[in-house]
Amino acid sequence: MSLIVCRDLVKTYHLGEMEVRALRGVSLTIEAGDCVAVMGASGSGKSTLMNILGCLDVPTSGTYALEGTDVSTLGGSRLAEIRNQKIGFVFQSFNLIPRTTARENVQLPLFYRGMPAGEQRVLAARALQRVGLADREHHHPSQLSGGQQQRVAIARALVTSPAIILADEPTGNLDSQASREIMDTLTQLNREGITIILVTHEADIARYAHRIIMMKDGVIQSDRPAGDMFGARPAPQEAGA
Amino acid sequence: MNFLLMTVLVAFRVLGRNRMRSILTMLGIIIGVGAVIAMVSIGEGAKAAVQAQIASFGTNVITILPWATTTSGVRSGHGGAVTLTIGDMEELRKIPGVTDVGWARRDAMQIVHENKNWFTTVNGVTPGYLVIRGWSTVSGDFFTQADTETAAQGALIGQSVAENLFGPGEDPVGATIRLKNIPFKVVGKLIAKGYDTRGSDQDDVVFIPFSTAERKVMGTRFMGSIGAGFLSAETPEEMASIVDEVKRVLRQRHKLRPNQDDDFTVRNQLDTAKIQEGTSESMKLLLLAVASISLLVGGIGIMNILLVSVTERTREIGIRMAVGAKRRHILLQFLVEAVVLSALGGLIGVGVGVAGAKVASNIAGWPAIISGDILVIAFGFSALVGVFFGLYPANKASRLNPIEALRYE
Ligand SMILES: Nc1ncnc2c1ncn2[C@@H]1O[C@H](COP(=O)(O)OP(=O)(O)O)[C@@H](O)[C@H]1O
Ligand SMILES: [Mg+2]
Repeated sequence: MSLIVCRDLVKTYHLGEMEVRALRGVSLTIEAGDCVAVMGASGSGKSTLMNILGCLDVPTSGTYALEGTDVSTLGGSRLAEIRNQKIGFVFQSFNLIPRTTARENVQLPLFYRGMPAGEQRVLAARALQRVGLADREHHHPSQLSGGQQQRVAIARALVTSPAIILADEPTGNLDSQASREIMDTLTQLNREGITIILVTHEADIARYAHRIIMMKDGVIQSDRPAGDMFGARPAPQEAGA
Repeated sequence: MNFLLMTVLVAFRVLGRNRMRSILTMLGIIIGVGAVIAMVSIGEGAKAAVQAQIASFGTNVITILPWATTTSGVRSGHGGAVTLTIGDMEELRKIPGVTDVGWARRDAMQIVHENKNWFTTVNGVTPGYLVIRGWSTVSGDFFTQADTETAAQGALIGQSVAENLFGPGEDPVGATIRLKNIPFKVVGKLIAKGYDTRGSDQDDVVFIPFSTAERKVMGTRFMGSIGAGFLSAETPEEMASIVDEVKRVLRQRHKLRPNQDDDFTVRNQLDTAKIQEGTSESMKLLLLAVASISLLVGGIGIMNILLVSVTERTREIGIRMAVGAKRRHILLQFLVEAVVLSALGGLIGVGVGVAGAKVASNIAGWPAIISGDILVIAFGFSALVGVFFGLYPANKASRLNPIEALRYE
């Protein structure tokens, strides 16, 4: 059974009179443990696809099965549970809660699971350690660099041991050094078994993936192994170095 | 439970971050609750003081005055005609439900003890009068029925009179005082009653036997006329029917034709109490209005600041939803913030109100009665205000679309 099976996903937005067809029939299968990069011009529907895959949004039509369960028809409350249990998000703009410590940000998904506070703290500290921020537990986002903030976001995504981490342009706001560290962290997690789907504009970043999906005007233009496009993957560096 | 507790902690932290804003938001509730508690406590104190004054008049007392009064209570007609006699009172004694009967007449005069003198009201009274009006002595004893019959020269003196005619700590019992140059032996010193509902000092008084007053001190145009008559009823429920019976008997004895007005006035002690209750009823309504308006204003303040907060924290709401918060989690979070604001405001308001009542009672000079009930009710209502006015912003927050919320700048 494949982790993700999508059939003919269509997403249409209505802006007053105008209809924007962000997705016009996307079919896609992703196996557990894969590392997929989604590329394409701005406005081609990458984020829309990610939001649907992440159960933040539902398609206008088409089906989406996650671990064999059809989630395209579920209600808001069930979708929230799936996001909480199976999915971790990493955003371009980090999206940490301001004036709240790194560890408390990481605890957030556990909080909504109703986990006892003590357990939350232990797991959050461990997740921060995995992204190399053990000594930044009590720092607020404003006291961290962009790269560090994004690593806190990754810790928050992985603290629940999700099946998938969805990263929409995770390095879009970072310099090349920080970008490389983030990608090393993500590929490390991928090697530990978490499926990674990331959106990027940069070929350098896409090279870290096993498989590259090119989108154009709401449809998949090409879908092939990364090696076909770029040759060998770059050698991974130590995560959080 | 765990979740709720943590939500409360988060709410405290969020509100603590904008301390000034939170305090200003609570101000409406604080002032509202504080004002109501202070006013209710002072009002209760005043009411209790008035009730004590009414009670100091005696229990279930019916007063009969020998003149007609208009409906507004003004004395009228029959200038000086004798309309009430001992004979009338003896007849009224037969009405069922009447426990005691007494009468009195009074005059203001100079009283002398050794080199001190004092101008006061002298009442010639029967022993029944003393019982009905609830008098007793702190030292000595009442004059007796025998004293009344023999027109004995014994006097009971009130505390204010004792203070003015005798030195501090001096027991007046046994001493001789002079009224209109007639010597009286002080047989007892009365308990203190304080001021009556009209504000006159009930302790500035001297009682002598009615017969003595009539025959030796005050003089009379005709024997047996009295200044005022008093009855006491066994129970408050019987008072109205006794009043009716008193009127019927007196009209008959005074030979009044049906088209003639009463030539006497009957007063029921309960009516005085009822007027007092009436004023405190309208006072209560006024308080309720003040409380409602201030809680409403406070509630709107909370709603307003929460709407601002929802907008400011749109992105945070999106983040929370992305990591798995359900609508009800978001709803609860903002609702808890509203209730923390209003309940904390209520709590501070309770403190302010209690302090205000204490200060005001010190200034006004009567005790404030702070009942636990009103504190609990005021606090409970302020918490409810939080729920009510928090619901709209909290619902708004919980209905945000997570994607749009995450994109919000
Ligand atoms: N909430 C929305 N309302 C209306 N149009 C939208 C909305 N979200 C995305 N779109 C439109 O859908 C198309 C795809 O958007 P998106 O998925 O964000 O593209 P990408 O991430 O590839 O840049 C764009 O034309 C965008 O303007
Ligand atoms: Mg995008």
